[in-house]
Amino acid sequence: MRRARPLLESLVAVGIGLIAGGALMLPFRYHPLKAYQALFQGAFGTPHDVMETLAFATPLMLTAVTFAVGVRAGLFNIGAEGQMYIGAIGAVFAASLLPLPPGLHILVATLVAMICGALWSLVPALLKIWRGVHEVISTIMFNWIAFHLATYLAIYYLAEPGRAERTRPALPTARYPILAEGSTLTAVIFVAILFCLAVYFLLWGTRMGYEMRLVGENPEAARYAGVQIGQALLWSFLIGGMAAGLAGASQIIGRPPAWSLYATLGNVATLGFDGIGVALVGRNHPLGGILAAILFGALQHGGRFMEYHAGVVSELVRAVNGLIVITLAIPELWTLVRRRLTL
Amino acid sequence: MSGFLSRLGWIVLAILGLGLLAYGLDQVGLEPISLLEAGLLAMTPLALAAVGECVNEKAGVVNIGLEGILLITAVVGVWVAEQFGSGIAGLIGGMVVGALIGLVLGLLAVYGRADQIIAGMGLNLFALGFTPYLLMSLWAFPGIHIFPRELMVPRWITPLGQISPVTLAAILLAFLAHILLHHTVLGFRIRAVGEKPEAVDVAGVRVDGLRLFTSVLGGALCGLGGAFMPLAWFGGVVKEISAGRGFIALACVVFAGLEPLLALAAAFLFGLTEGIAYAVAITPGVKERIPFYFVNMLPYVVTLLVVTLVIGRRRFPRTIGRPYTRE
Repeated sequence: MRRARPLLESLVAVGIGLIAGGALMLPFRYHPLKAYQALFQGAFGTPHDVMETLAFATPLMLTAVTFAVGVRAGLFNIGAEGQMYIGAIGAVFAASLLPLPPGLHILVATLVAMICGALWSLVPALLKIWRGVHEVISTIMFNWIAFHLATYLAIYYLAEPGRAERTRPALPTARYPILAEGSTLTAVIFVAILFCLAVYFLLWGTRMGYEMRLVGENPEAARYAGVQIGQALLWSFLIGGMAAGLAGASQIIGRPPAWSLYATLGNVATLGFDGIGVALVGRNHPLGGILAAILFGALQHGGRFMEYHAGVVSELVRAVNGLIVITLAIPELWTLVRRRLTL
Repeated sequence: MSGFLSRLGWIVLAILGLGLLAYGLDQVGLEPISLLEAGLLAMTPLALAAVGECVNEKAGVVNIGLEGILLITAVVGVWVAEQFGSGIAGLIGGMVVGALIGLVLGLLAVYGRADQIIAGMGLNLFALGFTPYLLMSLWAFPGIHIFPRELMVPRWITPLGQISPVTLAAILLAFLAHILLHHTVLGFRIRAVGEKPEAVDVAGVRVDGLRLFTSVLGGALCGLGGAFMPLAWFGGVVKEISAGRGFIALACVVFAGLEPLLALAAAFLFGLTEGIAYAVAITPGVKERIPFYFVNMLPYVVTLLVVTLVIGRRRFPRTIGRPYTRE
């Protein structure tokens, strides 16, 4: 029962978030029940929809890892957004401009994106370690710098000739195979899940992960135990950056039909911020993050049906994400819920 | 106090540096007055949000949801202005909604014992989705809304150029916040509640009341800043109108070590940076050479530089971010 409690808390928070989101529909005369019915039918109604939901979940489980691995080391790293932009740019560069044989090309494009993401997290990491600059400020500034840099590179250097609205598409050799005809789910989801598993193993199965968690739980004890705190923080940032870079790549070389980055960054924008909610619902655990990502993927895919059938703008789903996070911030809520349950 | 002076020195140095840059730009055909005008406009929302947050953090409450408040109140401000046919009403509407959001966050922090960082971030995430939702639901147009020109809050013509009355209000409020914190009983209590809430409690003053008050005050000022952006500056609202200003305001607060006047100075510095960026982007002869995208990065780069270079031993209230429990 004790192990089930975090799951229960997350589910209650999701429920409250959805109800509050429904309340936001009322002033505009939308029908919440109809909207949510359309949403969940759209998200899970057919096998095709389930696959689409998983396609939406893929980047989210990765940006959730960015936040989660930060929290585990005591950081509030909200830089996934910018690291993902830079990762996406790296993926576009490697996938569209480097002529490489099949197989190797996918590997190189994926690695380039991950390295780009990690490099983008390096400066906030060093600023934190050397100067004590709070990561909330540094990573947000880096997100905005990344936004303008990525837009610039996409328009000036990587644009598809004759189509300024997007970059060159990934060469066929760099594209992850599509898992089913007509679906946008590709094999990149396996890479994403593997990455989450690897981070899980790293955090709970290696000395480095143990030290990172010790720094997060109790920095004083960690220092006393001789842990190199700076090193632990650096790795937390870099692993997070790699996850975000991979998330960016997943939208370029693992997501038809565009196989490219829009000049507005429209096909990656906000996926990094969405990951924060996913991580918190997944209790900052890489594996919990996978489950939570599927839930949020369902909200995002189903949100389009909600817009179509009930007229509710799909962005409301992102507002629900925020409401869930706010709910999860309140520990007193759980004491209240528990009291009710035990009465 | 020496920290105060050294930090003020940095600000003066930085502003002089920017002034030099402005002089350089002047040589290629840029007007200093327009630069000051743009800088003061950009300063206003930063200063309002930062000054309120200084007072709030002095009482031991952190609100990193400033960005979210700026976004939501920008949209609501425009809507209220259109309902009442007056830009001033819109500013008041923004303030009221900002105060309400501050109240909710305050209630969560004080009675819900919420993790204030996560709750504030939750507010930011909420605003990220709620703002486009509101724009679409209110005006049935995605991502942007331009309102009638006559709803704009007029600017006053002064020897220093056209200045918005809201800008003057922001400067005045920074001084008032300074007086409040350092020269009134209420301010003494606010500072005490951040340092030693149990002492305040024993003295018979309500800890929860004080913290709720600062949270509402911070929200109201931030809401004014949010409504200011469309109604007295841009003339329209887009879904990413705040563009990280809530976090730049937090940088002001951190830099200022919670002193409202220093926060105002920092806001002016960052505002001037934005003014320069804007000026560069429109000046013929310069704009062709420097890509617009790099100019856009300037405010964020300068914010990072300032926070990195000028970090001394800042002292924050002892109980910052932590709820108070009576023993």
